[in-house]
Amino acid sequence: MSALSQRPDNPTVGIPLPHESAALHVTGEALYTDDLIGRLQDVLHAWPVQAPHTHARVTSLRTEAAVAIPGVVRVLTADDVPGVNDAGVKHDEPLFPTEVMFHGHAVCWVLGETLEAARLGAAAVEVDYEPLPSLITVQEAIAAQSFQGTPRNLARGDVSAALADAAHVFEGEFEFAGQEHFYLETHASLALVDEGGQVLVHSSTQHPSETQEIVAHVLGVPSHEVTVQCLRMGGAFGGKEMQPHGYAAVAALGATLTGRPVRLRLNRTQDITMSGKRHGFHSTWRVGFDDEGHILGLDATLTADGGWSLDLSEPVLARALCHIDNAYWVPNIRVDGRIARTNKTSQTAFRGFGGPQGMLVMEDLLGRCAHVLGIDPVELRRRNLYQQDQTTPYGQPVRQADRLAACWDQIADSGEVARRRAEIADFNARHPHTKRALAMTPVKFGISFNLTAFNQAGALVHVYKDGSVLINHGGTEMGQGLHTKMLQVAATALGLPLSRVRLAPTRTDKVPNTSATAASSGADLNGAAIKNACEQIRERLAQVAGGRLGISPSDVRFADGVVRGLSPASGEVGWNELVNAAYDQRVQLWAAGFYRTEGLHWDAGAMQGEPFKYFANGVAASEVEVDGFTGAYTLRRVDIVQDVGDSLSPLIDIGQIEGGFVQGAGWLTLEDLRWDTSDGPHRGRLATQAASTYKLPSFSEMPGDFRVRLLEKAHEEGVVYGSKAVGEPPLMLAFSVREALREAAAAFGPGGISVELASPATPEAVYWALEKARTPQVPDAPAEPHAVAAMASGR
Amino acid sequence: MSTPSTTEAPTIPCVTVNGEQAPLTDASAHTTALDWLRGRGLTGAKEGCAEGECGACSILVARPGVDAETEWTAVNACLIPVAALDGQEVVTGEGLGSSGDLHPVQRELAVRGGSQCGYCTPGFVCSLAAEFYRPGRTADVADAADAADAEAKRCDHEHGPNGVDLHALSGNLCRCTGYRPIRDAAYALGAPADDDALAARRQAPPPQPRATRLAVDGAEYVRPATLPEALTLLSERPEAQVVAGSTDWGVEVNIRGRRAPLVVAVDRLPELRSLTIGDDVIEIGAALTLTEIERRLAGRVPLLAELFPQFASRLIRNGATLGGNIGTGSPIGDAPPALLALDADVVLASPRGERVVPLADYFTGYRQTVRAADELIRGVRIPVPLAPIVGFHKIAKRRFDDISSVAVAFALEVADGHVVRARIGLGGVAATPLRAVATEQELLGRPWTEETVRSAAAVLAGEGTPMDDHRASAAYRTAMLGQSLLRLFHTHPETQVVPA
Repeated sequence: MSALSQRPDNPTVGIPLPHESAALHVTGEALYTDDLIGRLQDVLHAWPVQAPHTHARVTSLRTEAAVAIPGVVRVLTADDVPGVNDAGVKHDEPLFPTEVMFHGHAVCWVLGETLEAARLGAAAVEVDYEPLPSLITVQEAIAAQSFQGTPRNLARGDVSAALADAAHVFEGEFEFAGQEHFYLETHASLALVDEGGQVLVHSSTQHPSETQEIVAHVLGVPSHEVTVQCLRMGGAFGGKEMQPHGYAAVAALGATLTGRPVRLRLNRTQDITMSGKRHGFHSTWRVGFDDEGHILGLDATLTADGGWSLDLSEPVLARALCHIDNAYWVPNIRVDGRIARTNKTSQTAFRGFGGPQGMLVMEDLLGRCAHVLGIDPVELRRRNLYQQDQTTPYGQPVRQADRLAACWDQIADSGEVARRRAEIADFNARHPHTKRALAMTPVKFGISFNLTAFNQAGALVHVYKDGSVLINHGGTEMGQGLHTKMLQVAATALGLPLSRVRLAPTRTDKVPNTSATAASSGADLNGAAIKNACEQIRERLAQVAGGRLGISPSDVRFADGVVRGLSPASGEVGWNELVNAAYDQRVQLWAAGFYRTEGLHWDAGAMQGEPFKYFANGVAASEVEVDGFTGAYTLRRVDIVQDVGDSLSPLIDIGQIEGGFVQGAGWLTLEDLRWDTSDGPHRGRLATQAASTYKLPSFSEMPGDFRVRLLEKAHEEGVVYGSKAVGEPPLMLAFSVREALREAAAAFGPGGISVELASPATPEAVYWALEKARTPQVPDAPAEPHAVAAMASGR
Repeated sequence: MSTPSTTEAPTIPCVTVNGEQAPLTDASAHTTALDWLRGRGLTGAKEGCAEGECGACSILVARPGVDAETEWTAVNACLIPVAALDGQEVVTGEGLGSSGDLHPVQRELAVRGGSQCGYCTPGFVCSLAAEFYRPGRTADVADAADAADAEAKRCDHEHGPNGVDLHALSGNLCRCTGYRPIRDAAYALGAPADDDALAARRQAPPPQPRATRLAVDGAEYVRPATLPEALTLLSERPEAQVVAGSTDWGVEVNIRGRRAPLVVAVDRLPELRSLTIGDDVIEIGAALTLTEIERRLAGRVPLLAELFPQFASRLIRNGATLGGNIGTGSPIGDAPPALLALDADVVLASPRGERVVPLADYFTGYRQTVRAADELIRGVRIPVPLAPIVGFHKIAKRRFDDISSVAVAFALEVADGHVVRARIGLGGVAATPLRAVATEQELLGRPWTEETVRSAAAVLAGEGTPMDDHRASAAYRTAMLGQSLLRLFHTHPETQVVPA
């Protein structure tokens, strides 16, 4: 067992604890970025001028009328930018654009004494536009050959030969929707100028270091003149990984130009119309199976709808390609990936980061092919699961394929899948207008940033003279419970009660050059860095304790706030007393910790290597009931087993699994992004730009019976205290819901046919699917943005 | 905390917040309660959507009760003007408890993992606290005949063993937890303790409404004391925007930047708040909230009982009124289809007196009605006896709290195996709510059989002029019209209809 993964006796990690801020959350005492403005004086409020065009050139911009409005202080435009007029790291995102690239693009920002003044000022700014032709759908972009970034190709074996020899070959096309993050807290920044022109930006950001970088380059100052702090976020889900930078820069620019604090908080309409979302994808595929249903080859093309700029589209695409296999062995494969450039918001990171999109293609095609192959979909999936030490298409061994099988069999067993499916068949036979179905799907998700350099982290741990401990790390808290886990890690590493450890807000002047809190890696990376810092301090204290107890420092043990030798005879010393003694001896009582993930290598051009430290595994079984009159459905029961290693914090992990699952189910069934694709005056406008039109899962979408288990005996070698990442993988377990809906729709018909299902599978989409299943002659569903095209069977 | 009852009216509008009186300084006619509270440093309530969809802004208001003198009612602070709270008592998440002294609702949510990012949490706390203090909640449990009965209630997964109705939280969105721990917290709540001040407050009368006038920068908020005053004001100022629960107007203010020069609140006028059940007619005041109607009718109008749980969320129903739902003239309001099927009349009051208009004649075009600028909807009248076969079929993407793609309301009577009464109201398929007259004719006098229903369903599918939008395609809307009648027949098949 590695030193990193080994736990001491009675560790604080592994104890189910509520979120460290739970008491602050429930009382409203927890502060978020926008809650801070009441603590400052003379705060200015920012409001964007959003273009009413989808693609247009800005021919002139006049601010006089705006500035004449009482309470309007200033209009920020490109002329005000002392540094680089760009909000991204790819230098393709002008902060103040001269070319409007999507409907609602902010061309300038108004600062007002009140939000109302800023709003009225924004309405008074006069902008002349020269409209330009636009591309809205990914299909339009493909037809126009409008792409951006570097196309990628993932290949292994001989696909052409495999498909030529396969007993069954199918081909299909599938376009599916993206997803709005809809973190409850919209983007928010609050910038102040400190002494000496130093800028402090409070930002709701998953990536404070990059926010700092962008603010610095917009202001034209070195990074050490900008500090970014993130207290906590009211949800992020990837939407605050790269998107906050521009807003923070606008606030910082306003603060430096006026000398007053500037608050920029998007309202929901602004947030949803301006910020990036999960990428929708278009895919075409050909797949070959043998007579037993084993996949022999897959040839696919994935086109990600990147929106107007690159943002994180390239790494998202890379992860999609790396996850198209999901949990299945595909001996011969060729996947071409490319990024469409469209006149929409710049699509970005969202929990799963391309993984869900890649996997959805695979799960969809398995669901469509199973009945035509004459193989039960549950059996088809089980049969194709990776075997031990088979490798992924990019050459990484699947070292824990046995865990996939273990999860699968555990769910089949504890979920009583066979018995329930027999009951469902009986129910369906007795109910012509209502059908139930149960589907099982697996997840195998690679953990680590695909880009190797991001797999590093830092921490700063202080022990004060009174023995109290303050920890800092580079990760941000967005509700995922990272800080809770980090407190547990520090308490475990120092052998202290949890109450002795406190955590300070994430700040770039404490831990520099941090990676985004993303890719599910927050606990793995920062936990290891904190542990490293704690161990440095502990080793120094062991020297002091060894001297006092008259034993070798290597025999000193720290537990429950008491420091002892291995032998009871050697006596003990209290933590506080030891810390005091160490101070007197001029021993350093703080340490900077560092961690880099070992064993990673990745050739991004060849798409080959071992980009992941390990895979997170899970399996879900979902049972649905569908109403044949309307297509409306309910989620009756969900069983999940997820491999989180040895959990650092079980209550937190179960919360991540449940929440991720429901969010995934929202993406796949309910959440329906619709842009105006007509040639009318509102072309390119997001039609679902509010909570009233873009529906998130509510209590009615919660599974009636929700049973989540953590895989037991799942120690993960080489990861902090034997744990595994949990943030993203469970989202993809929601494929089981979509596949169950497909099965239920099929149950309205005679069976043996392929049932196509649009994504999201709204009640309307399910209705068309079941209507087609029960009356195969009915005309096709009306043209839908996410409608699937026909699948044809070869041979 | 203490909650002193309101004493004599101060000269400037003021609100009792968490037991302390606070004057409405820095507030205009369009300042929302949320912005005002946050400006006072009470930042627990959050803005998540600014249109009453997410519930992150939920607060508690002491309102006249149905089962007690006063009830703590959860409302969306983002939708109501703070001026509407003049003289009222408000409790926020901060007022319920502190991190050192958690309220039972806060404690259950905290220890069970009910918060992750925490941003929606104070709103959940307030909505759940309203349910915690609902006087009928624990009585519901005691009324359950036996354990099996209680278990049966639980089986729909929407009612807890402690009487908690999960629909109390239907207007609160959480993006993190997946809701299961919040449900578990809700179902773990006991009864309020004996010394619970907010529980005790329910036994005393609610704060009385009082005349309010707040005028800042040319925009006025006026709450007239009496109906005649209100009608006079409307006739003098035809530009006035009438509001009751503000659940629609609040959205206009927040999302579309509307700023009416004069807002007139009618929600506390006694003439608009009566509910009478007579031999020939049930009359419902236009300013009663849907929650009040739901609880006071207690199932007496089965079609409305089917409607209420599908009408927006509890937070909205705590403010929304029938007068408002009819008054906006929206083609996708959910009450009009039901009221059309019930053959309801609208009572309109003006300085000239009252007139009664059949709802079927009320809507004249997209958001156009026969109501004159100086007329106020005083109430609706539903003739009795009611038709025995009813159904309210709402088609939407989400089961709780969504806007209808299509709504179909049925009220039928079958005697001797034949349809003798048929009223069908439709929403979402035309510029106005409308009656499916051709379908009604197709059904009348025909035997209540699958054959009749299939031919009538084909007629129903041709009613209205459904269109494509982000909620649904025209084809789906059309299909749902026909399917709804088949579904109604399926739940009321011919063999089970006892001849009259």
